[in-house]
Amino acid sequence: MNTPSNLKYTKSDEWFDPSTGAVGITDYAQGQLSDIVFVELLVDEGEEVTAGKAIASVESVKASAEIYAPAAGKVSAVNKGLSDKPEILNSDPFGEGWMIKIEGGSAGDVMDAAAYVTYCEGRAH
Amino acid sequence: MTYIPISPKERDAMLKTVGVKSLDDLFEAIPAKHRFPKLDLPPALTEMEAAAHLADMASSNENVREHLISFLGAGAYHHYVPSVVDHMLRRGEFFTAYTPYQPEISQGTLQAIFEYQSLMTNLTGMEVSNASHYDGATATAEAVNLAFAQFRGKRKKVVMSPTVHPQYREVIRTYSQGMGIEEAGDNSNVDLEAGPESLMALVDEQTMLVVVQYPDFFGRIYDYTKLIDDAHAKGALVCIVANPTALLMLKTPASMGADIVVGEAQPFGIPLWYGGPYLGFFTTKKSYVHKMAGRLIGETVDARGQRSYVLTLTAREQHIKRERATSNICTNQGLLALCASVYMSTLGKTGLQQVANLCYQKAHYAASELSKIDGFGLCFSEPFFHEFVLCCPKPASEVNQYLLDNGILGGYDLGKDYPSLANYLLVAVTEMNSKDEIDTLVEILKEME
Amino acid sequence: MATIVEPTIFELSSPGRLGVTMPASDVPEVALPPKDLLRSELPLPELAEVDVVRHYTKLSKFNYSVDDGFYPLGSCTMKYNPKINEDTCRLPGYLFTHPLQPVETVQGNLALMFELQDWLKEISGFAGVTLQPAAGAHGEFTGVLMMAAYHKLRGDTKRTKMLIPDAAHGTNPASVGMLGYSVVTIPSDSRGNVDLKALEAACDGTVVGMMLTNPNTLGMFDENIEKVIALVHKCGGLMYGDGANLNALLGIVRPGDLGFDVMHFNLHKTFSVPHGGGGPGSGPVGVSQHLVDFLPSPLVGIIEEGDDDTAPLYGFISPKNSIGRMKAFHGHFGGGLVRAYTYIAMHGPDGLKAISQYAVLNANYLQARLRDTYHIPYDRICMHEFVMEGQFAGSDIRALDIAKRLMDYKFHPPTNYFPLIVHEALMIEPTETENKDTLDRFADALIKIAEEAKTQPDLVKNAPSTTPFGRMDEVKAARELVLCCWLPENYEEMV
Repeated sequence: MNTPSNLKYTKSDEWFDPSTGAVGITDYAQGQLSDIVFVELLVDEGEEVTAGKAIASVESVKASAEIYAPAAGKVSAVNKGLSDKPEILNSDPFGEGWMIKIEGGSAGDVMDAAAYVTYCEGRAH
Repeated sequence: MTYIPISPKERDAMLKTVGVKSLDDLFEAIPAKHRFPKLDLPPALTEMEAAAHLADMASSNENVREHLISFLGAGAYHHYVPSVVDHMLRRGEFFTAYTPYQPEISQGTLQAIFEYQSLMTNLTGMEVSNASHYDGATATAEAVNLAFAQFRGKRKKVVMSPTVHPQYREVIRTYSQGMGIEEAGDNSNVDLEAGPESLMALVDEQTMLVVVQYPDFFGRIYDYTKLIDDAHAKGALVCIVANPTALLMLKTPASMGADIVVGEAQPFGIPLWYGGPYLGFFTTKKSYVHKMAGRLIGETVDARGQRSYVLTLTAREQHIKRERATSNICTNQGLLALCASVYMSTLGKTGLQQVANLCYQKAHYAASELSKIDGFGLCFSEPFFHEFVLCCPKPASEVNQYLLDNGILGGYDLGKDYPSLANYLLVAVTEMNSKDEIDTLVEILKEME
Repeated sequence: MATIVEPTIFELSSPGRLGVTMPASDVPEVALPPKDLLRSELPLPELAEVDVVRHYTKLSKFNYSVDDGFYPLGSCTMKYNPKINEDTCRLPGYLFTHPLQPVETVQGNLALMFELQDWLKEISGFAGVTLQPAAGAHGEFTGVLMMAAYHKLRGDTKRTKMLIPDAAHGTNPASVGMLGYSVVTIPSDSRGNVDLKALEAACDGTVVGMMLTNPNTLGMFDENIEKVIALVHKCGGLMYGDGANLNALLGIVRPGDLGFDVMHFNLHKTFSVPHGGGGPGSGPVGVSQHLVDFLPSPLVGIIEEGDDDTAPLYGFISPKNSIGRMKAFHGHFGGGLVRAYTYIAMHGPDGLKAISQYAVLNANYLQARLRDTYHIPYDRICMHEFVMEGQFAGSDIRALDIAKRLMDYKFHPPTNYFPLIVHEALMIEPTETENKDTLDRFADALIKIAEEAKTQPDLVKNAPSTTPFGRMDEVKAARELVLCCWLPENYEEMV
């Protein structure tokens, strides 16, 4: 499982890059969902979001998930190309698979990479 | 009688394995005071008695094959069903199987529904079809759900033409009562002179969906291209409720630019059956497939490299997406989708074109002859397919009663839904109506006091 | 290129081939509508009748059905579908009556519907029944709409939450979602009952009601059912019963007597309407007295009382505060109501009770036979179905593999991966129409598969191997989205 140390993580498996404001789903999340076949962004550029607001909906062959904003602020960019190639979320969740960027935001309830790894291990049964 | 194949001796052996003494001991979790109620139901019939009883009840109806000459349509049509159709439907392999959740042993159902989807897309010109809905009315309500989901609740207005089937509009109102939707155009004051473009006065930036019928409830054929262009300019989607028999002859809704095409496929091989079960078809553009409710079959390959079919995009559906799903629909009308497919395959392109042409020709003959009767007339000049509105010299309800007394099931009394149209009768003619039947109708009406 | 086992009807088509044709027109010909209103082509198949029959016969043989063998699909009640139903529902009096005919001409249909409404009331203990809903989920939606209308008419507008146990079918939350309500999930306790503490904590003045399947999807009858219903009623909520599992309760207990306010029936499960490869179903809804006025419109009622010499006149009536119409016309009359009527008429009160007694006996017998081989997480006397785990310590064989391997033994697999609260769930519902030999063969197969999981795991993982098709590539289907086919490109030039 890949968990870049420069990012912050949520319990609902989103990552947040405090330096760029980018948001996406974690490697753990894409692994759990398996083959992702559909992604829909639920917010538009310029929209204000609060931490915990649903920003995207993702469907795989077997599961579906809502993705929540890990930080509050204004949506400064959305990854428009994502809906045409949802499989990017499986292959490159931290890079090409970014979903939106939140500008001037304050992070909600997030943890660092080490804490997130422990959290994920705790969920394996 | 029952269908339980267990002998008393076997039962006792099974009870012993379970570790209880009697069948009743299996129900101790149930509150004692409510356990084993005496049901006040008629005593059991044998198969022979049941067959006779059901036949008695059935024969107390007057039906349109044995007793009545019918000119009644209004959303349910009497067509010829080739013999092959029911022979295929009666195969236990089809009708006693469940939803094809295990594709390795359900390829029959899966390929049949894939073919059904293909027949419907080829018929409507649309890009995708689902595996069907309960009926035309609920399919139309699901179009509203699609639009609501597509705009994520940001647009909340549905504009419905008053010439969409009244019961379909009623179902949309029922379905949407918890969604905070505004319905416009849905009223019983219909201006028969107004063309479809007049609906645009109601379409604004809040409008998610415009719903029109093709041919409309009065049978009129309109080209909705301009309306659709204008609605699109406001950002709204357009749903056309289409009669599948008419689509065999008329230009496709897709060629007019429709976003969603739904309808009632009962005319394709499904008996009148006093209103159901019927077959709602639902077709749309590929870009809306993720917001479409209902089951969907896709092509794939199996582990042996054989072409095969599976339920696909299932994560849209209620069993995975639960309260976030577009709709709660689970069951489709699988067997009736098969019915429509066998009907279309058996008649084939030529037979289907013949059906459409016969409907058109006979309806026009009937309209022409009826309008020659003193006091009767056609009340619009637009082209029509197999249904038209006849103006009568007195209330349609009285005309119908008179016809019924003479063994004829008249048309649909439009006054029931449109108070200003109390003297108007919606007359349907199909390939089942011979020239003799039409002439009889005309002769009897000529003699009406 | 994939191998084609059976071409599609589009691939089988040949230009100019004729099937069933129509008689020539017997009326003077008139001109067609203007050309700009006509379609330019009709790209539909052209086949002869024999082509059609062989095609669909071949497809049918790729299916596994109840007529083929044991189909223990949990919560789906895949019982035997009596053949007499197929004859009664096709009587001309039913087949050829139009839904908008004057009621005087269809008294047979209306009498049947009226009587069926009464029978379903008597079986369930409810005061009113609508036959309109087209399927179970449609009935659920109907029920939830009535619950909403009930609160609304009382001015009780703060209620926006529906309580739903974690073992519920997905249609429950989805029905609630269609009304914009939120869902509060209530956990199950260690005996498979609703967790009373969690329920009590969730019950307040914002609760619309609770949707409960009882027996639940673990096959357990809730041992505290009366307390559960009392808690929901105490906070002003209504109790919805998901009737998916009614096959366990006929003549055993009436949900209305227990205090349920609304329940849908699945005529295609409990009352032998065939499943048809996924429908049509039929989902009438029963309600207690205080919800009768909210039933969908129209209902079948008596519009003119009869006397000793004349039968009453049946017709349609509209309840005072009706939620409106759920579908066009009157429900799944021919395919649903006539078959269910035939079935109930042939069983009578004792026959109905026997159905549930033997459905429960068969489930408990299988559970007893499999208990030593498979882990059963909620292990007590079950109702008409039970859930076991399809996994073994130290093995990577999963429920999916066991399900697929069962096909090699000529059985339909149980429902798998549901309910969600059991890991690697296999949910088994034998129904009352299976004999002891079948149940024994099925149990033997599952015990043998448990053995194979140890000795020949690859055999299980690669199953099925004896069916006409192997496991499918579901990712390819979802990524490529080939959802329909067409006539070949050079179709018109084909010979």
